[in-house]
Amino acid sequence: MISHPVGIVGYGSCVPKYRIKAEEIARVWGEEPDRIKKGLGIFEKSVPDVDEDSATLAVESARNALEYSGVDPATIGAVYVGSESHPYAVKPTSSIVAEAIGATPDLTAADLEFACKAGTAGIQICMGMAASGMIRYGLAIGADTSQGRPGDALEYTASAGAAAYLIGREKAEFVAEIEETYSFTTDTPDFWRRQGADFPSHGGRFTGAPAYFRHVMGATQGLFEKTNTRAADYDYFVFHQPNGKFPLEAAKKMGIDPEKVKPGLFTPIIGNTYSGASPIGLAGVLDIAKPGQRILVTSFGSGAGSDSFAMKVTENILAKRERYKGWKLADYIANKEYVDYGVYVKHRRKLKSL
Amino acid sequence: MRKVAIVGVGMSKFGEEWTRGFRDMMIEAGSRAIADCNLHGEEIDGIYVGTMAPGSLVGQEHIGALVADSMGLTPVPATRVEAACASGGVALRSGYMAIASGMHDCVVVGGVEKMTDTPGNEVASALGGAGDQEWELFMGATFPAIYALMARRHMLEYGTTEEQMAAVAVKNHANSAKNKYAHFQNEITLDTVMKSKYVASPLKLFDCAPITDGAAVAVLMPLEKAKKYCEQPIEIVASAQASDALALHSRTSMTSLRATQVAAKKAYELAGITPKDVDIVEVHDCFTIAEIMAIEDLGFFKKGEGGKASAEGKTALNSEISVNTSGGLKGCGHPVGATGVKQAVEVVWQLRGKAEGRQVKDCDVGMTHNVGGSGATSVIHVMKRA
Repeated sequence: MISHPVGIVGYGSCVPKYRIKAEEIARVWGEEPDRIKKGLGIFEKSVPDVDEDSATLAVESARNALEYSGVDPATIGAVYVGSESHPYAVKPTSSIVAEAIGATPDLTAADLEFACKAGTAGIQICMGMAASGMIRYGLAIGADTSQGRPGDALEYTASAGAAAYLIGREKAEFVAEIEETYSFTTDTPDFWRRQGADFPSHGGRFTGAPAYFRHVMGATQGLFEKTNTRAADYDYFVFHQPNGKFPLEAAKKMGIDPEKVKPGLFTPIIGNTYSGASPIGLAGVLDIAKPGQRILVTSFGSGAGSDSFAMKVTENILAKRERYKGWKLADYIANKEYVDYGVYVKHRRKLKSL
Repeated sequence: MRKVAIVGVGMSKFGEEWTRGFRDMMIEAGSRAIADCNLHGEEIDGIYVGTMAPGSLVGQEHIGALVADSMGLTPVPATRVEAACASGGVALRSGYMAIASGMHDCVVVGGVEKMTDTPGNEVASALGGAGDQEWELFMGATFPAIYALMARRHMLEYGTTEEQMAAVAVKNHANSAKNKYAHFQNEITLDTVMKSKYVASPLKLFDCAPITDGAAVAVLMPLEKAKKYCEQPIEIVASAQASDALALHSRTSMTSLRATQVAAKKAYELAGITPKDVDIVEVHDCFTIAEIMAIEDLGFFKKGEGGKASAEGKTALNSEISVNTSGGLKGCGHPVGATGVKQAVEVVWQLRGKAEGRQVKDCDVGMTHNVGGSGATSVIHVMKRA
């Protein structure tokens, strides 16, 4: 049980404007585009600009979250950035973000890494600190400019994006109260990147049943048990989305109506934003959810683990949504410019001589 | 020479068995085979295990003793047999010879391979060792490429089509869907095969046997003792093996496996039968073209007519000859070293009349055909009810 109410007081997202189509990647590697689109459920993915990285995406999403919340950045007591593409191996992304949003120096900050679920791990840490009274507000961000080895199946999905969540402890400020969280963690080597390696390795089909599905379903069903709820009690489900197929397949296996999953499924049009993926999915749902609706979010990080959250949207969301003038997820998705594989290679610094 | 019978058989569930290791699968198959013939264990005096590449795939060698140890059978002598994809069939032949010669009185023959713990490219490389490393693999010829060359030549010489090859995969999936131990439990359509991606043209994904984990075990005894242990012993009436050049370019033909033809001739002589007498056959369909060549080389169809016969349904369950009732390598799965023993397990079930859901009617004579590499080893067994 959570000892003191905690909830989301503001949130924001960010997706780079460049896109590359699955057809274009398939063209270069001699693959059939329809097979990719059908097999992975992916049509296009976001591509960061040459000067965009996890830090810049995190900052932009954090600024949006701040504006949405109306909170004074100086009152933020903690900043956590979860990513598997932190620009520096040693030197935190979180301090860059804290400085850029004007939250320094009266706060704690740290970087997190747990493959694609480090962003939701940050939310849990902020929940604990806020509930205990250690902080008034905590900022948790999932941000990535993910890597995929040229020619690997990952190249069709690995994209860039971020979402930020400002977690607080005053009910009157919540746009959604986080009622419960449950995590499911094991040592499962499905996907990894060694120190110094440019691209991750993965276990192919092993990333499915024993990794994604076991953990996503384990966490979701664990949360159902912990809260004594069932699928019918929720209006939306947001699952980690490494491709367009897995979240719908997980829903099917758990008897969840796919129509409750689709509103939070963005991978088919922006790719897998890794640490940003389930947080971005949630942002898309919060942009349309009505007061009183319940949302269940389950992230997944290879290695492997899942964090599940049960939340209830409050009345405040209407006023905050109305007042917010920044970009919503839908604005980022609509603002796009296609690049070809050559430009993509330049942006992603895949040419060794660059 | 003493007559030899199979008294007990068992296999593990074939598939992507991520939660089970080499030992687990061997124990699963072994305990089923031993229970199948009510053995206690102390009667067993010899073990032969066929496995192709555990050193490359899971870093484990010394498989003979490992199997004796994990099955609680030490200090029984245990020997690993390796002949690439024919390791299981050659292990069975080793067990047969051990009983026939009088050296042993109760032999456990196992076949096992643990493949899915290893990345696909490393599996391809390990399997490539079944060909000529210096002349084929080193030059980039993986197994799909070698069989693709054979398929192209078969198409050129005999007019075999991609649809005819696809029919083999469709038939084998139809059979494996009826086999609870099979890797694939689903039927497929011709369209699925034809629309699948090329692995090495003209071979598509669904023309290729999968990478599978699994184990199979058979218990062998002298025929005169066999009745004491089981109601229906199955006699091995012929065991024949032949070799050929490892490299495809050193062979006399690209559309026939000479090793299969030679071993088949010997097997028919030993058994005193002709191809017409065979009711069911488990052939080595690592690729669909391999099944087409096998049913020709084994004499069931004229050279060049295997593709047509497959497309016309002449190899389906209860047709002219029931080929690969287990689902074959394509449908049942291909844990390389286990395949040759699994073929014998299927034939025993069919001859006993116990092949649930896929039983061939009036099944009196069964044959197994296990190939190593692209045809450098071929091992054939013929079985009948004792």
